[in-house]
Amino acid sequence: MSTVLKPRPDEAPPEHPMESILRMDRMPHIWCPSCGIGTAVNCFASAVRKAEFDLDHVSIVSGIGCTGRVAGYLRLDSFHTTHGRPIAFATGLKLARPDLKVVVFSGDGDLMAIGGNHFIHAARRNQDLTIICVNNFNYAMTGGQLAPTTPVTARASTAPYGNYDAPFNLPFLAESCGAVYVARWTVLHFRRLINSMVKALTKPGFTFIEVIAPCATLYARKNKLGDGRDLLHFYREQSEIQHGANTKDVDIEFQKKIICGEFVDKVRPTFLDRMNDMYEARLGEEYEDYGGCCGEV
Amino acid sequence: MSEPRFAPADPKGVLTGTYFLDGDHACCEGALAAGCRFVAGYPITPSTEVVERFSARAPRVGAMFIQMEDELASSIAIQGAVWGGAKAMTVTSGPGFSLMMEHIGLAVMTETPCVFVNVQRGGPSTGLPTLTGQADVMQARWGSHGDYEIIAISPDSPQECFDLMLDAFNLSERYRVPVMFMMDECVGHMTEKVVIPPAEEIMVEERHWTDKPGLDYLPFAANANGVPDMTRAGEGHRIHVTGLTHDEKGYPVINAEAQEKLVRRLVEKIRLNAEDIIRIRERDLEGAEVVVLSYGITSRVAERAIVLAREQGVKVGSLRLVTLWPFPERRIRELAEQVGSFVVAEINYGQMFYEVERCAAGKAPVLLAPHGGGTVHSPEQILEKIMEARACRQS
Repeated sequence: MSTVLKPRPDEAPPEHPMESILRMDRMPHIWCPSCGIGTAVNCFASAVRKAEFDLDHVSIVSGIGCTGRVAGYLRLDSFHTTHGRPIAFATGLKLARPDLKVVVFSGDGDLMAIGGNHFIHAARRNQDLTIICVNNFNYAMTGGQLAPTTPVTARASTAPYGNYDAPFNLPFLAESCGAVYVARWTVLHFRRLINSMVKALTKPGFTFIEVIAPCATLYARKNKLGDGRDLLHFYREQSEIQHGANTKDVDIEFQKKIICGEFVDKVRPTFLDRMNDMYEARLGEEYEDYGGCCGEV
Repeated sequence: MSEPRFAPADPKGVLTGTYFLDGDHACCEGALAAGCRFVAGYPITPSTEVVERFSARAPRVGAMFIQMEDELASSIAIQGAVWGGAKAMTVTSGPGFSLMMEHIGLAVMTETPCVFVNVQRGGPSTGLPTLTGQADVMQARWGSHGDYEIIAISPDSPQECFDLMLDAFNLSERYRVPVMFMMDECVGHMTEKVVIPPAEEIMVEERHWTDKPGLDYLPFAANANGVPDMTRAGEGHRIHVTGLTHDEKGYPVINAEAQEKLVRRLVEKIRLNAEDIIRIRERDLEGAEVVVLSYGITSRVAERAIVLAREQGVKVGSLRLVTLWPFPERRIRELAEQVGSFVVAEINYGQMFYEVERCAAGKAPVLLAPHGGGTVHSPEQILEKIMEARACRQS
């Protein structure tokens, strides 16, 4: 029989170290034991603090799915939008308010299947957004279905004989479309992930981090990969850091080596840089540099 | 906090003067005068001229135009902009309107004030890209899944495309609801005189900002009129906005009680304020044998049909819906007791017709003058129905 530890009546419950950035009144969260999303959120909270952002000026936008619930647990201005569309929402928010830091935090199915079109176009435009994509290789919220990231031969509830559908290589996709910063980490690399998030958050333009995270309840169970701890052991043994690796070579095969690291870190003018340059060139003094379209409250 | 707060329009967006403009261009100027400073759109005939004009005007008025990758993106990018503090709209036609349905639902659920312009063309599917239709009016009402109320407005001239855009933005702010601006290809592409008044004569409803600081502010706690005050990102309120059923804090609550409370309020904030929202134009209804009910371009054709019917000695009145939704139920019920019969003329095979029939409730016959689209009715087609309606009442 398990015992629940309760604080004594005269004892204030201990403060969670991330209390200032988490919505503690929404705990407990919905994620399963050993799910990797919580670690990714914790890393993000650390990164936002480390980067010394004014938390009132950071907005977080999520879509739908397990990772789509992230926005609801962060005590920031947070937007839980529709399935696949957080990047399009974030584009509107950021363009209306360039003074805000806008982060999209969502899952592989949300951002890369139903939302793939918005991902590639926001990267092409180099919108000033940070995209954190938690990749757990399946649609977990709905019961472990095939995702555009499910490795070939892995089983999913809609690929009961094993997946034969070619998955995306997300860093390669991001780089090809124009992302200025591309990295991949597993949740086991939490210190590197925090540092990488700080870089992505402070770099202008479209920055992308893929976070490989265990889904013990569905992906691992259907593929007989053990529990959450087994998956972390697997990450320790099978992930390899190769900074600057050619993103063409970082495909993920079923239970094979996971190449991690910072793959892309370059400079390109953002959407607003290009817009301002064009209008200045064509309209001259008639044009005032765009500073948002919302005025004062 | 629930009283409307008006201020004169920002002169930067007001192109005061007298012009010869088509409806699409007038619609764009109406949006700018109403304070719209963010448009996300995707090109689609016959609405494209609205965004073409906005893209030319934007850099000169400090506004943002972005051509998105599709209508799904456009219809949610505007909502991101609104939560940043902008007034925003998107513009489309039938196929794009279909793609926007999910985000109309999101705007309803998150009470995001914004305007969706639909310059209607013939459908279903790709239909008649360059030719007119009025067959999206039921879709405007209930095209997104779930139960809700919205506001829909139907202009019948370029001048009204300007004037009613002000109403569209003002009502969306007052009720925190997406407003459907239901033009049609004829109104969008017809060119007429448009007068744009001086900025100080244009009254713009300001966003109903909360004055509560920080976490004291509950983003979905309603005022007496059923509408909550608003904030924007970056104000320290640390709001949570979700398309899930939610409580006053905006936090998801997945049970029947929360659903009942929220859906009921979303529906009632429009239904209980319907008389403030509804705009209809009535003429010669006193003792009318036949009332012609129409909207948009069809009301222009109906005018001629009414003249022809009068020449034949029929006492005809007209009722034009300026707002399509909420529907003027009370007025139609009253009229059903007083007038001989109704003719509903619309470019579809019966949409608003069913609403009129429902409200007439058998007390007056209701006849449909349908049209499949591609052009407008001929006055004679409507005249024929007027004569039929009179005969059916006499029998």
